[in-house]
Amino acid sequence: MRLNLLLASATALVMAAPLLVQSSPVQAQAAPANGAVQDVVVDQGVLRPLTIAVVPFRGERGSDISAIVSGNLKRSGYFDPLNPASFIETGLTLANAPNFPQWTQIGAQAVLYGAVTPRADNRVDVGFRLYDPYRQCQLVSYQFTATPEQYRRIAHKISDIIYQRMTGEPGFFDSRVIFVSEEGDQLNRKNRLTIADQDGFQPIYLTQGDEVIMSPRFSPNQPDEVTYVALGKDYSRIYLLNLTTGRRESLGEFDGQVLAPRFSNDGNKIAFSIIRNGNTDIYVMDLRSRQLSRLTTDPGINTSPSFSPDGSQIVFNSDRSGQPRLYVMRADGSGQRPISRGGGSYTAPAWSPTGNMIAFTKSGGGRFSTGVMNADGSGERILSSSYFEEGPSWAPNGRYIMFARQTRGGDTRLWTVDLSGRVVSQAGYQGRGTDPAWSPLLDGPPANLGFNQGPDSCSS
Amino acid sequence: MKTSRIITVAMVGCAVAAMAACTRKPPVDTGIPGPATPVPTQPSYPTAPTGPIQGGNVGSAVPGSEQDFVVNIGDRIYFDLDSIEVRPEARPRLDAQAQWLQRYPAVTIRIEGNADERGTREYNLALGARRAEAVRTYLIGRGIPANRITTISYGKERPIAEGSNEDAWARNRNAHTAIVSGAPR
Repeated sequence: MRLNLLLASATALVMAAPLLVQSSPVQAQAAPANGAVQDVVVDQGVLRPLTIAVVPFRGERGSDISAIVSGNLKRSGYFDPLNPASFIETGLTLANAPNFPQWTQIGAQAVLYGAVTPRADNRVDVGFRLYDPYRQCQLVSYQFTATPEQYRRIAHKISDIIYQRMTGEPGFFDSRVIFVSEEGDQLNRKNRLTIADQDGFQPIYLTQGDEVIMSPRFSPNQPDEVTYVALGKDYSRIYLLNLTTGRRESLGEFDGQVLAPRFSNDGNKIAFSIIRNGNTDIYVMDLRSRQLSRLTTDPGINTSPSFSPDGSQIVFNSDRSGQPRLYVMRADGSGQRPISRGGGSYTAPAWSPTGNMIAFTKSGGGRFSTGVMNADGSGERILSSSYFEEGPSWAPNGRYIMFARQTRGGDTRLWTVDLSGRVVSQAGYQGRGTDPAWSPLLDGPPANLGFNQGPDSCSS
Repeated sequence: MKTSRIITVAMVGCAVAAMAACTRKPPVDTGIPGPATPVPTQPSYPTAPTGPIQGGNVGSAVPGSEQDFVVNIGDRIYFDLDSIEVRPEARPRLDAQAQWLQRYPAVTIRIEGNADERGTREYNLALGARRAEAVRTYLIGRGIPANRITTISYGKERPIAEGSNEDAWARNRNAHTAIVSGAPR
């Protein structure tokens, strides 16, 4: 936890703030808006979130943008956005620094404000400033330029900059989640491949609902490429789907039932399982040459492969020793060795984007848990437990894990937990769904963030 | 044969009547009482209906039909928790399936393996596949050619019993023998 930047208050000279003007293009995304912001449950009350005043941005869609930022920061569990009704200073514009005592008086540890300004080319500039009213210095300022309808993505990018500035870790808000939404009762369940923004807005159905959809995954280096399994009455198929072009392609027809597809980190290979005569083994296919190689050969179940981010290794699930455990092998199938050490069943491993950890589902004693371990199997920690939960997927910054949690009776929703295990909350998408997969960041964060560039910049 | 033609004609008649019913506007309740029905001055009793009452078997399955297989043989066997072993008490049913399949050699089947909800999706697919394979192996051992049998696993995706309790889980751990071709419904 590195939320210390603002927690140590210091005094500094009040200085006029020159506006840093920078811009970077953001990509288009069109979809109907839907969804709502959910309260975050901070377990045990151990975490003290940082109080931040998010002043409604000026200009067209300004208050929408600041509301999205506020919702993101609150859901992260590390921020406590103050009620705007308590704000004393009104009329704050980008041309001014805040009136610091009026913000420290209401306990704001940070003040965010900004504006949407129309441009001659029909795009808008969305600029913002973040101040520490206790130290009386500017933490960061930045400006995005894009078409007005991209206000949601701009808000997510602003959220990422604030998150990064305050926690010292990369952000994750400018991302999406692909999952399987569910309707109907237990016996007549209709499920559809669905994609939504990380905060649950703009959900789009990608399949019709006449097949069982399983195991959607993004390509780690190309968030427009996804793979998933469609299970019909008498077939199972792995599809590759390009979200931009809509092109959908079957990976091929195989002798056996296919499941559990995963892209390699470079997006050039797919590891998956084929069931033949009741025996499940892991294979890898090169997407260019279409060459298929078999990686496991033992008579046990071998499935749920997940590549390490450097592409050199694969963690997977096998019950070759009896109980389902986690194993690691080199990407060519050599050097297979068990890594999970505890009792109970370990399934659904997911290698973290930071490379040092593996998330998993563990069951034992009639409960299911979401946990993490180091890549060598040491340091296991359980982050969340319930009647049933499964299928962890990492946020792009490796700080949060999304998973599906089911109550008795079959109602399944998406949840997130942070690595401390303290911030457990329902994910942005509030409807019924399972099998979430978190995308990488839709594009990289701005390279030059304007830290320490103005005369009143905070020294750290 | 004659009976079935009469039934067909009757069904067409019903369908026509149903279509006519669809085009009719639904009655509107105006809240105003309609013409008053005559108030009986004497207590009345239902008149005994007349006409013969005949009997027969309720849709008994045609031998060799899908219904015959489902009703008279049994198309599903159940498994213990985390187990892929065919239970001793399930063997008579599989033996009967094998005999039936011997009798109707044109029939091809698909064995569908199922798991309960207490497991992760992908692992349960692999588990269900083992159950389907256990039944396939059993039937092959009873002389059914392998090329008449395909298998698929639905994992926990197609439960037959609702609820989150031991009873429902026990019913959802099963292998279902579905008839693909070679038998009338």
